[in-house]
Amino acid sequence: MIPERAINAAVICGLLAVPIWAVMADEIFTITLTTRAVILALAAVGLNIALGIGGLVSFGHAVFFGLGGYAMGILAFHAQTFTPLDLGLVSVNGTKSMPVIWVVATAVSALAAWVIGLLSLRTTGVYFIMITLAFGQMFFYFTISWSAYGGEDGMSIYVRNGFPGLNTLVPIQFFGLCFAALCLALLLQWRLRGSAFGLALNAARQTPERVETVGLNPMRLKLLAFVISGAITGLAGALFADLNRFVSPTMFSWQLSGELIILIIIGGVGRLMGPVIGAAIFVALEHWLGGLTDFWHVWLGAILLLIVLFGRGGVIGLLTGKAGPHV
Amino acid sequence: MSDPVLATHGLMKSFGALVATDDVSIDLRPGEIHAIIGPNGAGKSTLISQISGGLASDAGRVEIMGQDVTALSTAARARAGLGRTFQISALAMEDTVFENVLLGVIGATAGAWAMFSPVARNRALAERAMAALDQVGLANAKDTRCADLSHGQRRQVEVAVALTLAPKAFVMDEPMAGLGAEGSKALTGFLDGLRSEAPILLVEHDMDAVFALADRISVLVNGQVIVTGTVAEIRSSDAVREAYLGAAP
Ligand SMILES: Nc1ncnc2c1ncn2[C@@H]1O[C@H](COP(=O)(O)OP(=O)(O)OP(=O)(O)O)[C@@H](O)[C@H]1O
Ligand SMILES: [Mg+2]
Repeated sequence: MIPERAINAAVICGLLAVPIWAVMADEIFTITLTTRAVILALAAVGLNIALGIGGLVSFGHAVFFGLGGYAMGILAFHAQTFTPLDLGLVSVNGTKSMPVIWVVATAVSALAAWVIGLLSLRTTGVYFIMITLAFGQMFFYFTISWSAYGGEDGMSIYVRNGFPGLNTLVPIQFFGLCFAALCLALLLQWRLRGSAFGLALNAARQTPERVETVGLNPMRLKLLAFVISGAITGLAGALFADLNRFVSPTMFSWQLSGELIILIIIGGVGRLMGPVIGAAIFVALEHWLGGLTDFWHVWLGAILLLIVLFGRGGVIGLLTGKAGPHV
Repeated sequence: MSDPVLATHGLMKSFGALVATDDVSIDLRPGEIHAIIGPNGAGKSTLISQISGGLASDAGRVEIMGQDVTALSTAARARAGLGRTFQISALAMEDTVFENVLLGVIGATAGAWAMFSPVARNRALAERAMAALDQVGLANAKDTRCADLSHGQRRQVEVAVALTLAPKAFVMDEPMAGLGAEGSKALTGFLDGLRSEAPILLVEHDMDAVFALADRISVLVNGQVIVTGTVAEIRSSDAVREAYLGAAP
């Protein structure tokens, strides 16, 4: 069996090798595909912190993905139309600066995760799944009717936002930014898992009574995990919007929430590289099978079924021979 | 007489029509082991949960060191000095023995808000966890996953976690269950010494252990304390023999 560390290293190397090859072969589209995988992986790393360590099966993570997307969309829209953004008490100018957009995207997502977490964490199991799904639908229908920002049609951002010192219009440079964000998120998850917080959160998933009897509050642990999780997925949403230069209500759709869960299950729940492997497989299937048949989701479903039937712990579980945590 | 470390006043709990605990008032004094005995379903575990905060009481009060903790959460009661062990082990089964005990140390010391430093490499915390494991004789099983432990070993981990809390009072729900004769004897000796660190409210079916350890014994039947007394008093009580000891051969 292959040690997990070797798999992790191979995944990171592979993720770097593909776009470097693509640059040399002048395969721009491959760079875009890889960037898409990296961004989806980032979103799923966010979810994995809540789901894999904390056991919170959120079926509403599209909320944060969408909020990150709309944070980017709204700020860039006001910048490109030279209209101020009226926030009631103050009015601010839009921006085309990625760092500013990222800060706003993560802050808004974190705040939303805090509110949603407060309201939904008192439930567990199916109820938690349903209530997070409901929040997702709420945002979805809200943005559909939000005509100021394109309503159902969404809105296009004509020029990709900028990052100091880089030309983000060059695909490989934008890829580099996304890849760096993913690596930072992975580093965060890794440190988190080994910290006192991670140990307690992991215990709270398995036995909340135990966590309480040592004087810790499992609810607060889970809430904080949910906030961190939402913030990371929000950042991914902002990057996704910048990749497509387009935002629309589909970023809030329940399908997207479901896909993030599926990515994690394919790669390995709670595993560091689970979301990355899952996203790579997902994007590859979407591309190859999607080109062959409109029903590629059926094949995705079949793969999912195989993984659930033949091994807990997804691809990483199969390769390492070790089942993952039980959620 | 010195003030009790732990006291309950008129605790009540019903599950529908079933009255699980009925007006239970007991106390735990410094340095003592106070055993609670009673037949299956008498309400012992219910009482323990009411004391530790897992179950909200229908009526009555719980005090730790004279402080009314009835309205406090389980976590707050633990911080107020309660070290509880479960009858049915509540351990993180996927985690190692060491990690489970370390959780206790984290709860008792820094709290769980450190997010970036590797907790297992924190010397001070790790040493405290190992000390507790040493005390219960599980040091060499430290890297075993709790799921792979025997039933008795899990009981020992339960006790080790409680030790890390350095509580003002221990509340133990059948720590001997599943230990076997050898293990029970070892744990009996250990608990005997532990009472000088903190008094123990001990729910236990193992009568040899109870008679060897208890300074006082309360007998719980159908949710009511029918008598509290010394070992000699309980042994010679007709009411007890009738209600409880007589029933068990
Ligand atoms: N959550 C619950 N809901 C309904 N009934 C309960 C619940 N918990 C306990 N009971 C009932 O309350 C009574 C007391 O149970 P408890 O577990 O406190 O007994 P016990 O003295 O600890 O017994 P044992 O010696 O078997 O551990 C039993 O009749 C039990 O079936
Ligand atoms: Mg019991």
